[in-house]
Amino acid sequence: MKTFIEQLINGLSLGSIYALIALGYTMVYGIMKLINFAHGDIYMVGAFTGFFASTYFHLGFIPSLLLAMLVSLLLGVTIERVAYRPLRDKSKISILITAIGVSLLLENGGIIILSPQVRTYPQIFQQHMYSFFNGIITISNQQIVIFVVSIIMMVGLQIIIYKTKIGKAMRAVSTDPDAARLMGVNVDRTVSFTFAIGSALAAVAGVLVGIYYNSIDPLMGIMPGLKAFIAAVLGGIGIIPGAMVGGLLMGVIEALVSGYGSSLYRDGVSFAILIIILLIKPTGLFGKNVREKV
Amino acid sequence: MKQILKNRLLIFLGLLVFYAIIQILLSTNILNDVLMGINVILAVSLNLINGFTGQFSLGHAGFMSIGAYTSAIITYKLGLPFPLALLVGGISAGIAGILIGIPSLRLKGDYLAITTLGFGEIIRVIFLNTEYVGGASGLSGIPKYTNWTWVFWIAVITVVLIKNFINSSYGRCCVAIREDETAAESMGINTTYYKTLAFTIGAFFAGIGGALYAHNFYIIQPETFNFMKSFDILTMVVLGGLGSITGSILSAIFLTFVYALLQDYAALRMVIYAILLIIVMLFRPEGLMGTKEFSLKKLFKKGEKSSEFTVN
Repeated sequence: MKTFIEQLINGLSLGSIYALIALGYTMVYGIMKLINFAHGDIYMVGAFTGFFASTYFHLGFIPSLLLAMLVSLLLGVTIERVAYRPLRDKSKISILITAIGVSLLLENGGIIILSPQVRTYPQIFQQHMYSFFNGIITISNQQIVIFVVSIIMMVGLQIIIYKTKIGKAMRAVSTDPDAARLMGVNVDRTVSFTFAIGSALAAVAGVLVGIYYNSIDPLMGIMPGLKAFIAAVLGGIGIIPGAMVGGLLMGVIEALVSGYGSSLYRDGVSFAILIIILLIKPTGLFGKNVREKV
Repeated sequence: MKQILKNRLLIFLGLLVFYAIIQILLSTNILNDVLMGINVILAVSLNLINGFTGQFSLGHAGFMSIGAYTSAIITYKLGLPFPLALLVGGISAGIAGILIGIPSLRLKGDYLAITTLGFGEIIRVIFLNTEYVGGASGLSGIPKYTNWTWVFWIAVITVVLIKNFINSSYGRCCVAIREDETAAESMGINTTYYKTLAFTIGAFFAGIGGALYAHNFYIIQPETFNFMKSFDILTMVVLGGLGSITGSILSAIFLTFVYALLQDYAALRMVIYAILLIIVMLFRPEGLMGTKEFSLKKLFKKGEKSSEFTVN
C-alpha cells in the first residue's frame, strides 16, 4: 500500500509535467492538425534557460521560470514563422518532415552548443519531506511546487481559452480556419499565439523537471515529448481537458510500471498504450467520433 | 525489343563497371565499408512504403533490427549458413511487417507515423529486455560475412524487384492509394491489402538490410536501431524524392559519403541532415528528384553522359 501511494504521488508529479507538455501538442494539433515534433525540444530549451538563469544569473525560481517561458515562447513562434507557416498549404507530410527536421536540429544543435554532458540543476528548493497519516503519504516540497505550478498554469490556460478574445479566436480557428478567416479572425496571429502559449507551457514543464530530477541534457526532450504526445492522443488530441487527464494517466501508469515491473519496460508500455488507443478509440478518451467526409 | 535488350545489356555492363570500381577502391583501402549498398537497400525499401504507397512509416529501424537479430541468431548462435540467415532475417521482418501493418494501416498520415515509430520503439524495448540476445549490451562476435559482392548484388536485386513491383498492376494500385486513398477505394482497390503488401515488402528488404548490417559490424545493440536510425533512412528517401527509386539510390550514396566524412562528429552530421530536411521541404517539398527517374533512354535522347547506377 505504501509503495502504491508513493508511486501514485510520483506518477502524479510526473504526470503533471507530461500534461503541461501535452497541452502544447494538443493546442497546436487542434489548430493546425500538425504533430509538432519539435515541441519536446522546446521543453528542453526551456529547461536549459531555467538552468542558466538560476546557475549563472542567480535568479530565483519565479524569475527564472518567467525567463524560460519567454525564451521558449520566442523560439516556438520563430519555428512556426520560419519552418511551418510557408508549408501550411502544402501536404501534411512535408510539414511533418519539417517538424522532424526542426526537432533533430534543436537536439543536435543543443549537443554542439551545450555539449552532450548531463548538467546538475541547482537546488532551488531545499528538499523537505512532509508526512501525513503516520507516514503512509509522504510528499516532498518539490512535488508540491510541481502540483501548484501546474494547476496555476492549467487554470490560467482555461481562462485564456474560454474568457478572452484571443481564446475565442483559437477555438474558432480550430473548428474551421476558413470560416474563422471569413469572420475576421487573423488566423496567422492566432496560430502564432497558440505556439507561444504551448511553448511557454513546455518551458514550465522543463524547469519543473529540472527541479524534480536535478539533471538535464540536450536530448532530454525526445522521450517526454513522445510521451506527452501519447498523453494528448490518450485524452483525445485537440481537447484540452483530455491532455491534462491523459498526461496524469500516463505519469501514473509509468510510475506504476517502473515501481512494480521493470523500468526498462516503461517506454514500451507507453507506446503500447498509444497503439491500443489508436486502434480501439482513435479519438481518445474524451473525443467524439467524427465521420470521414469525401 | 532489340533496343530494350541493348539497354539492359548496357545497364548490366554499367553495373559491372561500378561494382568493379568500388571493389578496387575497397581492396586498396580507399573505401573501407560497404554501408553505401546497405543504405541503398534500406532507402529504396522505405521509399516503397513512404514514397510510392504514401504511408508515412517511421519504423524502418525496427524492421531492420528484426532482420539483424534473427540473422545473427542463425549464423552466430546456431551456426547455420549466411544466405539462409539473410533470407530468414528478411522473412521474419516481413512477417513483423504484416503483423504491424494490418492493424496500424487503418491510420493515416501523422498518426501512422507516430504509431510505426511506437512499434519500432517497442521492438527495441523487447530486444533490450531479452537476455538471449544480450539485452542492452547486445550481441557481439557476429561473424563478418557481409562483403561488397553480397551487398552490391542484393542491392541490385532489391532495386530491380521493387522497380518491377511498382511497374506492375500491384504497384499502380499502391501509387493510386498515394494519390487519393478514398478515390482509389471507390475504384474498387482493396486499399488495406495493397498497403499491407507494400508494408510487408518494404519490411522484408529492411530485414535483409538489417541482416547485412549485423554481419558487417560484428556487434549489434538495441540502441543502434532506435528511431534516429529511422530518421537517417527517412532523410535519404526525402532528399532523393518521395516516389523516385533513382532519387533514393543517389541520395543514399551521397548521404553515406557525408556520414563517412562526419563519422567523428555525430551531432554535426545530424544537424546537417536536419537542415537538409528543412531546406528541401521548404524549397523543394517533392525532394531533389521528385517522382522522376533517371533512364538511359532519356539520357541518350538528350545526348548526356550516362551514370553507372541507373537501373531503369
